[in-house]
Amino acid sequence: MSTDNPVLTVTDLEVHYGARRRRRQALNGVSLEVGRGEVVGLIGETGSGKSTFARAVLGLVPFSRGQVLIDGEDVTGHSQRKWRELRRRGVIQYVFQDPLRSLDPDATIEDSLVEPLLIRGDSRADAVARIRPLLSRVHLDDELLPRLPGELSGGQRQRVAVARALVTEPALIILDEPVSALDSANRVGVLEILKELRSAEVSLVFISHDLGSVAGVADRIAVMYQGQLVENGPARDVITAPQHVYTRLLIGSAPTLRSAAANRSERAALRALLHA
Amino acid sequence: MTTLSEQRVVAPPVTDEVVLAVHDVRIYDQVNDREIVHGISFQLTPGKVVGIVGESGSGKTLTCRAALGILPEHFAVSGGQIDITGRNIAQLTPAEWTDLRGATISAVFQDPASYLNPSIRVGSQIAEVIRVKTRASRRQARHRALELLALVHLRDPALVYDQYTFELSGGMLQRVLIATAIAADPTVLIADEATTALDVTVQAEILDLLADLQERTGLALLVVSHDLAVVAQLCDEVLVMREGHVVEQGPTTEVLQHPRHEYTRMLIAEHEQYGLDRYLDEH
Repeated sequence: MSTDNPVLTVTDLEVHYGARRRRRQALNGVSLEVGRGEVVGLIGETGSGKSTFARAVLGLVPFSRGQVLIDGEDVTGHSQRKWRELRRRGVIQYVFQDPLRSLDPDATIEDSLVEPLLIRGDSRADAVARIRPLLSRVHLDDELLPRLPGELSGGQRQRVAVARALVTEPALIILDEPVSALDSANRVGVLEILKELRSAEVSLVFISHDLGSVAGVADRIAVMYQGQLVENGPARDVITAPQHVYTRLLIGSAPTLRSAAANRSERAALRALLHA
Repeated sequence: MTTLSEQRVVAPPVTDEVVLAVHDVRIYDQVNDREIVHGISFQLTPGKVVGIVGESGSGKTLTCRAALGILPEHFAVSGGQIDITGRNIAQLTPAEWTDLRGATISAVFQDPASYLNPSIRVGSQIAEVIRVKTRASRRQARHRALELLALVHLRDPALVYDQYTFELSGGMLQRVLIATAIAADPTVLIADEATTALDVTVQAEILDLLADLQERTGLALLVVSHDLAVVAQLCDEVLVMREGHVVEQGPTTEVLQHPRHEYTRMLIAEHEQYGLDRYLDEH
């Protein structure tokens, strides 16, 4: 892991939604750097701006200020055509919460997995050969290749989505709530895969509303609150010594197996502080 | 944060009286001709909190619905018995059920907005429950509804009273639902995935509120969640359900420290390996 050659450098990003009197700031001067091979957990509640951040970085929503560098390339003023060209190279990939909506329901798993490689210009034979080893990395069986997404369980589908993100050997994968819709067994399965990916040459931005699901995977945790980045540091430091009031409340609120009765008055005090 | 309004704090009668008793209950799906819940037993006394953990399809929600007498059409209790404050619910007439629901046993579910009328101000909906259940006058009902909104820690009860559902956040709506559920002073409150759709900090607020109500009013709680940690925070006793079977049952600390079933161990491992617990243990 090195920070001298970051995969993603976001500086002072600002995004607005709406026009004129309805104009509302969704991101307010967010700066974040993701090192090579680093796993960054981006945490925030509904409306905090975490998904807007992902969409802005992917060129899906325009930003009014700031700069984005992806793998050294300044994408700040990119036209739609240049964005498409960048995505086609597969330098940056993304995985969304609901794989049923991100996988073509009429395409077999094999077709979905080889598609990014075919677009890049690989032959079908080469592409098929490349996806085989990926399946084992996401703990899926070859037998699933001829199936349709609808025939798979939610956990299997999400693993297919992760495999599809990996086929082009991207430098960065942004995962937006990848485990939120899964039950415990499948959540553990996907988290295990993400953890194993850390040894690979890929950086991850793992977006979640749930600090708990990110804590075991992330090297670094960044916390968003009301469009701003309020905390950014090594996972251990953020969890054991949070600085911002919101982060303290977030950590105090996360369900853990330890009885939380003792924290009740502390949480009440933090809420009063935050809303003051 | 406001505390419970003083006049509402009635010291709970400390008794061992069982308010909800579920004895070896089995639930049958008549359309698919198979048993879905294969025997579940637990008891609630005033102030006690029991939790059921399991995934969707494990039978936890059907168990709640059986206790409320609202099983979906082709499901039936095919074995065992449920007693609410000593009365076998199998023998209740529809009129007796109407009296019991809200006044003795009440519930809140996952999606609060779907239980409220979008075109009526939320305060009036609470007041309506109070008028029907306690035969209070309009003025008394309004007064009591405002008290209840304060009781569930809504910051500006008078403002919320006159708002519509679309003007309130998920956490505020769930508080309104809890206020409605406790409007007629029930003995038992069932919270079925009541915090699942909420942000973590809001979830903690609702769980703290339930713990507060239970401590101060002696409400008996049945908390249902897919998350073992949610149940662990609140409950004295926990049941772990899987595919209609209770695979583990016991005092919460006992289950967490000495889980016997593989599935329970997996639920615990998830938190210990991937959750905050592994960092918090270091302290």
